[in-house]
Amino acid sequence: MRILALIAIRLVWFVPTAAGLIAVVFFISRVIPSDPVALLAGETASREAIEALRIKLGLDRPLLVQLLDYYRQLLRGDLGTSLFTTRPVSEDLLARLPATIELTFAAMLIAVVVGIPLGVISATQRNSPLDHGLRILTVGGLAIASFWLALILQLTFAMKLGLLPLQGRITGFPPPAVTGFMTLDAVLAGRWDRLASALAHLTLPAVTLAVPALATVVRFTRAGVLDTLGKPFVTYQDAIGIPRALIVWKYVLRNALTSTVTQIGLLFGILLAGAVVIETVFQWPGIGTYAFESILQSDYAGVMGFTVYAGGIFMLANLLVDITHGIIDPRGDRA
Amino acid sequence: MTVSPLLEVRDLRIAFATDSGVARVLDGVNLTIGRGRIMGLVGESGCGKTTLARAVLGILAPNAMTEGGAIRFDGQDLLGMSRDRLQREVKGRRIAFVPQDPYSAFNPLFRIGDQIMELMKWKSPLRDQRERGFGVLLTPYPRARRRSDRAAALALLNEVQIPDAERALRKLPGQFSGGQRQRLMIAMALLTNPDLIIADEPTTALDVTIQAQILKLLRSLAKDRGVSVLLTTHDLGIAYEICDDITVMYAGQEVETAPVAEFFANPRHPYTARLLESLPDPAREVQEIGGEIPSLLSPPTGCRFHPRCRSASAQCAAARPPVSGEGRMVRCFNPQPLRQEAGA
Amino acid sequence: MTGLAYVLRRLARDRSALLGLILVLLVVLAAILAPVISTHPDAVWDMNPANRLKPPGGEWLLGTDRMGADIYSRVIYGARITLLIAIVAVGVSLLIGVPIGLWAGWKELWVGEVLMRVSDVFLAVPQIVLAIAIAQTLGPSIENVILALSVTYWPWFARLVYAEVRTLRNETFIEAAIALGVPHWRIVLQHVLPNVASPIIVRTSIGMGFTILTAASLGFLGLGAPPPAPEWGRMISESREFLPEAWWYALAPGLAIFAVVMGFNLLGDGLRDILDPRLRRAHDR
Repeated sequence: MRILALIAIRLVWFVPTAAGLIAVVFFISRVIPSDPVALLAGETASREAIEALRIKLGLDRPLLVQLLDYYRQLLRGDLGTSLFTTRPVSEDLLARLPATIELTFAAMLIAVVVGIPLGVISATQRNSPLDHGLRILTVGGLAIASFWLALILQLTFAMKLGLLPLQGRITGFPPPAVTGFMTLDAVLAGRWDRLASALAHLTLPAVTLAVPALATVVRFTRAGVLDTLGKPFVTYQDAIGIPRALIVWKYVLRNALTSTVTQIGLLFGILLAGAVVIETVFQWPGIGTYAFESILQSDYAGVMGFTVYAGGIFMLANLLVDITHGIIDPRGDRA
Repeated sequence: MTVSPLLEVRDLRIAFATDSGVARVLDGVNLTIGRGRIMGLVGESGCGKTTLARAVLGILAPNAMTEGGAIRFDGQDLLGMSRDRLQREVKGRRIAFVPQDPYSAFNPLFRIGDQIMELMKWKSPLRDQRERGFGVLLTPYPRARRRSDRAAALALLNEVQIPDAERALRKLPGQFSGGQRQRLMIAMALLTNPDLIIADEPTTALDVTIQAQILKLLRSLAKDRGVSVLLTTHDLGIAYEICDDITVMYAGQEVETAPVAEFFANPRHPYTARLLESLPDPAREVQEIGGEIPSLLSPPTGCRFHPRCRSASAQCAAARPPVSGEGRMVRCFNPQPLRQEAGA
Repeated sequence: MTGLAYVLRRLARDRSALLGLILVLLVVLAAILAPVISTHPDAVWDMNPANRLKPPGGEWLLGTDRMGADIYSRVIYGARITLLIAIVAVGVSLLIGVPIGLWAGWKELWVGEVLMRVSDVFLAVPQIVLAIAIAQTLGPSIENVILALSVTYWPWFARLVYAEVRTLRNETFIEAAIALGVPHWRIVLQHVLPNVASPIIVRTSIGMGFTILTAASLGFLGLGAPPPAPEWGRMISESREFLPEAWWYALAPGLAIFAVVMGFNLLGDGLRDILDPRLRRAHDR
């Protein structure tokens, strides 16, 4: 029941936080030197026509009124209409969401599946050459500019070696869209060649996105395991002859993960942030590119839509973290 | 002719590498534990009793250096044994452990039943040496044996007076009281039919009122099964309550060994005598032992008690007194005179 | 308060932290001595079409870019821009975030919670997105990048300080000081601040690395210092259309970024190892 209380508190705090976030971005996006309305109206439009368009779009009213109106709109579930695509923002976002989720999920998978065991090994072989090597790699992983890494990977694997595709999600026709996740759709349609293409395209962006997340996972796992290894129950299990490998991988790992799990929330932030730049570099048609394009085009609705999405994702991530923490650590209190 | 002792520690020297230098924690310690006997290892904090216990258990800290000596358990040399063999054959199965703090010895995230069954999976007396799996993580737990082991666990939980054993297995460690956790520890120690139980200050973390219960329980269960016990404690009263033999340690050296009655009737080492004198007595003032425990980084030469000893002579600083006798032993150049016959 | 000599001694023993310190000092020195150590100090902003896209070798240590300028010199001068942005942005974030954190943590009112929720707002969206939004609306320039970064980074300091102050406030020695009637501002300055200094220092070092990466990303997206400024991110972005032939174009600025950020990260980690356990010991009763 503590979980429910936790969720309730989170939700309560979400509302003012979200409202504040929206307000901030709202005002920023409105303070723009260039005038999108003029751009929309066209080059030959007269001043009256531009003003008429502005009034029609409701952009002449005081900013505060526009903001309140936006809140009202949000509550109805309407994220507004994009000034440029003339489609509802929610539609645009939804169309691009699967691409971002597929990419983020792949990166997360790499980060966790590779990162946790590496972190455990790094901790149990503390101060060995392997440990030192891993520590240098993790620091390095966090020091690389992701867009630069993307370029280098493209240069090496796509241009010089020709092993992997340069950009985009797939070469040729995509599999029939069922879930929006090309890999999944390809499997569902039994089209293995489509799967191969989708996976090939997914590789470079996912790896690039995964690097800082991977480094973070290794570091936190290492710290958590080191911390746990010093606890008395480890000595006790050692004394009663439980095999060392079992102690580490079954017991210590679980205890260490309870603290690492809260860092997964941090991971989401990293992945989300990285997605914007990486999607742009790899021409990945996801929400990241949408955000960037919206900002560049001063597409208010688009920017706001992305902000709401990002805030929602973040809150969701934190919620999931709390729930997972509650499951792994059944003690119930913040130990 | 006496049966060979179960545990023989001979001239054990252990030092620790610390930031401030090398601490000589055990300086050639001897200890003998007979089969089915309860040995109390008594000494103040820092005397090395816990280090000795851990050396036998094979759980010394990484910065510990074993510089010499031997530990013979049932004829086998533990110090020379490979870690792998120690873990498979000795730890938990033949030498069991009851730790000082039952709070932190259990993994707080796993149920008691799971932790007990994990122990039984590897260390049950019913386990056949021929049982093999594909690596530690994929070794199966034969269902028949699991059932028998579980029954044995429940039976033992009842013996240690844990109420409603079935339900207890499903609980988390945090749901038990300190005393109950220690009973669980004792149960786990006995489940594997060990030859020796090492109890490291098993009641220090418990309320005084429960201490006696736990100790008596431990003694009766051990005696019933003919299990030897090495009990470390700083409390002479505890040693008196349940031990058959007592060994006193001071600053990394063992100074006297005796059966319990003889020990209290005829303490021969000056330190032991002073210890007994310093026990609170309503009839007189508190008697202190003057001076302080020496630093183990630069300890006194020879007998480490000599700076505080009333009977010290020149040879006490020159070399350590030799071992004299087996079951009744004093390492002193100037032991106290005999007071009375034991049992008189 | 930690003695500087003590910290330096401990740093000397930690090899990776030492490496970090050396890297940072190298970059700082490069920035300061740019006119001295670069091979074409006058040509950094020049256009020299005859020399464009020459590979490394001879006159040009790291090759030339699309304008014919020497990449090595541009990278060296670029260090100035990068360090300037990072130092000012992190500095401003510090100056905003720490007092806010101190005040919010000290006051027992709900004000603290509200302030933390406000900072949550800034943390809810990835820094880069907010920074892009701000930089884009204000136009590409160094000042705007600094502004964008400061505005989005201060919450990290505020939260850090807030949490520390909150814990400290319940310490017995603080309670004693209050009971003795010492004015609050004095307690904060004399007792609270020194204890919070360590995490702040660590966060600053790590923040430098983080900020440099974000600034480079902004430059890459075209939102940083406008051309012909030798900003590293922009240089990488420019190189894109000339790949794969002009491979040297992208390599140098990227490695420079890597070296600097690596340096600050290693340094920050080392400092954390040195300062943190001490901090815990300071709280031991």
